[in-house]
Amino acid sequence: MKLTIDEVGKSFAGRPVLGGVTFELAPKSRALLLGPSGSGKSTLLNIICGLQTPDKGSVSLGGQAMSGHGGGSADTLRKSHMGIIFQTLKLVSALNVRANLALAQKLQTKARNPALIDETLERLGIAHRASARPFELSQGEAQRAAIARALVVEPDILIADEPTSALDHANTETVAQLLIEVADKAGATLLVATHDDRLKPYFEQTLTLKAGNLAV
Amino acid sequence: MINLALAYLRDRPLTTALNVLLLTISVAMLVLLLQFGNQANERFERDAKGVDLVVGAKGSPLQLILSSVFHVDQPTGNVPLSSLELLRSDPAVARAVPLALGDNFNGYRIVGTDESFAELYGLELAQGAAFEKPMQAIMGAKVAEETGAKLGQKFVGNHGFGDEEEGAQAHDHAAFETVGILAESGTVADRLILTSFESVWDVHGIAHDHDEHEGHDDHADHEEHTGHEDHSDHDAHADHSGHDNHADHADDISAAENVLQASGDGLQPELTALLVSYANASGAIRIPAMINRQTEMQSAVPATETARLLDLLGASLDGIRIFAWLLALTGGLAIFVALLNMARSREADLALLRVMGASRVQVFATVIMEGVITAAIGAVLGWLSAHALIGIARSNFPTLSDLGLTPWSPVAAEWGLLLAVIAIGALAALVPALRVYRLDPAQVMARM
Repeated sequence: MKLTIDEVGKSFAGRPVLGGVTFELAPKSRALLLGPSGSGKSTLLNIICGLQTPDKGSVSLGGQAMSGHGGGSADTLRKSHMGIIFQTLKLVSALNVRANLALAQKLQTKARNPALIDETLERLGIAHRASARPFELSQGEAQRAAIARALVVEPDILIADEPTSALDHANTETVAQLLIEVADKAGATLLVATHDDRLKPYFEQTLTLKAGNLAV
Repeated sequence: MINLALAYLRDRPLTTALNVLLLTISVAMLVLLLQFGNQANERFERDAKGVDLVVGAKGSPLQLILSSVFHVDQPTGNVPLSSLELLRSDPAVARAVPLALGDNFNGYRIVGTDESFAELYGLELAQGAAFEKPMQAIMGAKVAEETGAKLGQKFVGNHGFGDEEEGAQAHDHAAFETVGILAESGTVADRLILTSFESVWDVHGIAHDHDEHEGHDDHADHEEHTGHEDHSDHDAHADHSGHDNHADHADDISAAENVLQASGDGLQPELTALLVSYANASGAIRIPAMINRQTEMQSAVPATETARLLDLLGASLDGIRIFAWLLALTGGLAIFVALLNMARSREADLALLRVMGASRVQVFATVIMEGVITAAIGAVLGWLSAHALIGIARSNFPTLSDLGLTPWSPVAAEWGLLLAVIAIGALAALVPALRVYRLDPAQVMARM
């Protein structure tokens, strides 16, 4: 599914965070949004996901404008087409891993698919932790469970924010390969935001964000 | 989302359990109060239906009503047999029902009366026939059920009104025969054993002329009744000297002896009370005045006395009711605090739900459901506890059964109460739910 970002700008308290970002991701492409902390990566991802409203510009997904960001249409587009992995929000604390995945399927508009949950947990190597609660998981297991949660909704676009921030080199490589592999298998567009340039070699397209603008 | 709400409740078991407990206690108290108020009131109305006035010995009018209409207290004394003719001959009196009390069988009162008692309560026989001869008795539906009495079976009464009281004297010499079993009437008659008042005199060895009461003329074969003739030891037994040793049961025994009032050198046939129905409105003015001023008896109006009793009870019940509602509100407040804390501590979870595609309304509904589920569990447990308690208390305290308290017979107000408590849960969750509704996932992530 094609993602189009057109002149998206955002300011907080008069301070510009995004100056007017424009780019396009072709369906099934893999892109890395690279930039240091404070460069506006998270704000841009929030706007793409429909969690924040841009002051200017627009975002469209598969030709559908995410108009009225934060409202019903953004919610619908997000749950219909996106699998999102945030750095800080991984799993619902009151539910075990399997229940988290089932809830994600239930909340999105597509049909529930328990077999896909089992398959995804197996593929990510955490099938044995399916009954574990989030607080019982290691950092790496929690990250994999969050990826599984984003994948079981069979997204058209997979968005990850700092997916390797807490991982060592070996695990960073594993997670990067895993994201690319699962996105390929799902036929999903992949957009990963990170400050970690170790991931650069894995992506065919790198967008570098500096002070709220894309570096040419 | 219900599963998610349940998961959140399970996630903080102690808080949930405490909130549920508060609501359980308050609902149980309120249901008990509703049951007590409603069933006691219904019982009072049902048993006093058709009784405009009770005439009996001087004493507490409330005691007279309780003992003669509801059969739950000791009689105040006794009245002359002539009072029956006095009242029946008055044109303002439509019906005067005689009562001769004093004995029980297995805790069920034996009431000496005549056919007017059945007319008053609209009683019908389920089996057998009405008593016609001395020492014949008919059982109330509940008495027959509880005692397993069958037609033709004989039984002997005990002095007093308690079940198997220590020292209670059995009238072994004078056995009653069960000749009829009443159909259930929903009145006090279900818990009584009815016989002729002459039989009560006979049991206690009180000599009486067969023409003393015209109704007694029907007992054509009275003299031939061997059981009666065999009461040769009644006179010797009449002074009940054995009772002197049972000081603990002095009240009960003296009540039992109300019908054995000594007069001069012998025992005179007397009655315990009379239940009067007026023929016209003038009776309500004239009869009580006549009884209270011109005789040694007193009259008491059931409606007045039961209203007084309910007023007395009402003051206490209102206090308990207010306490119970305060407890319910405390339960609601506890839910509010718990959910407000939850809304703060689980911001990340709730933001994630929004990211996963949950709408604002769905997240709002999840919090409301937590409040509603907590309140509903408390309400249902409270309701079950109250009815279970009534069942347990009823089997241990027969007085509760006499008052008409029956478990698992909900009154309409109970459903209203359950809904009100569930509404408290929903209201308590409203502010935390609105807070969650307004939650901005991006801001939450920015704070983390």
